[in-house]
Amino acid sequence: MSMRTLPLLFLNLGGEMLYILDQRLRAQNIPGDKARKVMNDIISTMFNRKFMEELFKPQELYSKKALRTVYDRLAHASIMRLNQASMDKLYDLMTMAFKYQVLLCPRPKDVLLVTFNHLDAIKGLIQDSPTILHQVDETFRQLTDIYGGLSAGEFQLIRQTLLIFFQDLHIRVSIFLKDKVQNSNGRFVLPASGPVPWGTEVPGLIRTFNSKGEEVKRTEFKHGGSYVAALKEGSLELYGDRVLKLGTNMYSVNRPVETHMSAASKNLASQTQESIVPNPLAKEELNLLARLIGGMGIQKPSGPEPGFRLNLFTTDEEEEQAALTRPEELSYEVINIQATQDQQTNQELARIMGEFEITDQSRRSASKGDDLLAMMDEL
Amino acid sequence: MFRRERSIPLRGSAAALCNNLSVLPLPTRSLTHFGVVHGPSAQLLSAAPEGAPLAQRQLHAKEGAGVSPPLITQIHWCVLPFRVLLVLTSHRGIQMYESDGSVMVYWHALDAGDASLVQAVFARGIAASGHYICVGTWSGRVLVFDIPTKGPNIVLSEELARHQTPITDIATEPAQGQDCVADTVTADDSGLLCVWRSGPKFKLLTQIPGFGAPCSSVQLWQGTVAAGYGNGQVRLYEASTGTLHVQISAHARAVCALDLAPEAGKLLSAAEDTFIHIWKLSRNPEDGYIEVEHCHGECVPDTQICGARFCDLSGSSFAVTGYDLAEILRFSSM
Repeated sequence: MSMRTLPLLFLNLGGEMLYILDQRLRAQNIPGDKARKVMNDIISTMFNRKFMEELFKPQELYSKKALRTVYDRLAHASIMRLNQASMDKLYDLMTMAFKYQVLLCPRPKDVLLVTFNHLDAIKGLIQDSPTILHQVDETFRQLTDIYGGLSAGEFQLIRQTLLIFFQDLHIRVSIFLKDKVQNSNGRFVLPASGPVPWGTEVPGLIRTFNSKGEEVKRTEFKHGGSYVAALKEGSLELYGDRVLKLGTNMYSVNRPVETHMSAASKNLASQTQESIVPNPLAKEELNLLARLIGGMGIQKPSGPEPGFRLNLFTTDEEEEQAALTRPEELSYEVINIQATQDQQTNQELARIMGEFEITDQSRRSASKGDDLLAMMDEL
Repeated sequence: MFRRERSIPLRGSAAALCNNLSVLPLPTRSLTHFGVVHGPSAQLLSAAPEGAPLAQRQLHAKEGAGVSPPLITQIHWCVLPFRVLLVLTSHRGIQMYESDGSVMVYWHALDAGDASLVQAVFARGIAASGHYICVGTWSGRVLVFDIPTKGPNIVLSEELARHQTPITDIATEPAQGQDCVADTVTADDSGLLCVWRSGPKFKLLTQIPGFGAPCSSVQLWQGTVAAGYGNGQVRLYEASTGTLHVQISAHARAVCALDLAPEAGKLLSAAEDTFIHIWKLSRNPEDGYIEVEHCHGECVPDTQICGARFCDLSGSSFAVTGYDLAEILRFSSM
């Protein structure tokens, strides 16, 4: 609905992705220099100027399939590789985390504070690279320029657009279940207590006025929740106390990332619509995607740095098992361009999209990666 | 006191929109119709008094140019003097159907002509006023359609151009018989309320400015405007003068729906804070000003409510929809 939602969606999901990758790199004991390189490469790609330019253009939200494709590309922007099962799990965790954050935001405008929390943390993940730090600060400025002046009504529309995107996703996340922020049925807990949003009064008061505007009566009623007044407003400056904790890193080496694959939603009607019906507009979406991904400007890996595979599960067997047992309705089908049957479909586009169809579990060969990178350079 | 009744299952969950439930009670047929927006589709269903679902139908937003299928913003039954029409607003335009959703009688495509690249184009806010149907749009303009007693010969009669931000909701009440009595209220994202008298040419009677929060839902009862805001407040104004008479800190999150049971003077407010509150409106016998008393509060745990309506004119029962919830919750008084 809102045309300004994509940057917020992308940056927050990207932030969650970085938190998870950072935790897994440490848990898997990946050597420090390799881990640093991966994080710097991915962050640098995310905040690439040309890419940000495309991202910030007013546009409709991409479909879930299209957005997943962007993150596939982003996760593989460096020497690290992920099997499909791990990529699926990564995406599940990212989406459920941001869904939780959007839902729990006290004010619609607070999604901006959540975004800033992610950016603050991303800056902490960058090692020895003032250039990349500068890129992130630039994005901060862009966000402030565009979103700083939006009205409460516009933020309400953005919030609704994000919630529509996340509708019907009920994947249970271990860390959420343990912290009791998610119920065993996959629904998030919405507490009826705590501080009210900035700008809202604690419920319970009825004030009556006369025609001169003077208060003539004051009565109280029992609201049912146990709220307290808001302490202070979070800062939207480049540096400042955000107050809100949503969007900060909830993972650490001791808190592993796990999900339970539950047959999430009984309402398959909503999901089958997206995966079965061939979308005649897929071509337009592919064009947008190509421009976006083309803007990522991914560099060829310098030197003979060997790649490595990251596993989001604790063992290879677990990863294999997850791939086999993933419920049908939760499969992220990457865009199938064969469905478009359009002779005008750009050949470059077709090859790029073809590359993203992860059809097998095997590691990508170096030559395949080189071809892809070469194609990106030509865009 | 209210008790939970049997829920009515939905094919698709309710979308996180405001005013996302429409109810058409048909007491003579012992039926109630419900309408809920899921996203690119909306679901109509009818249920028996004890909640057993009887029939259901899905409606889709009419397609058009664009990257993804258009989303529906609202669905609402419009009760006119000689017919009932079902109106559906989306990001492409306005669709009007016969009340059971079986036949589309009218389609109005939105003109996105003067939308800047940044603005989302959509219609939202639906109400019947006499033999007119008013529908709001993203630009703030309210389209007034003249509806014939039967048939598809619907005509766009007027465009009200007072609001500058997207319309959120429109409320009406039957004209009280006198001249210059307000019978229509329009609300927008900036919190501005405009009070009108309907007719061949709508006349603006009052403007009530916003205060920084969007007005998501509005109702009109005996010359009193009830408005629900994004900061959780419910305010009551005198429609003819725009004077604020009651301010309630009703909810801890944005109000998403208001409804009236006009015969009983009951007002229902529902919000994203998981609570529904029922209020009794009355007029002070001394000065004639409107007064409010809290009657009942209900919590739907862990549910961001997106729609709520009374199911009968006396307000003895109500229904609720929630984001991500694939059922309509029902409550009735004991």
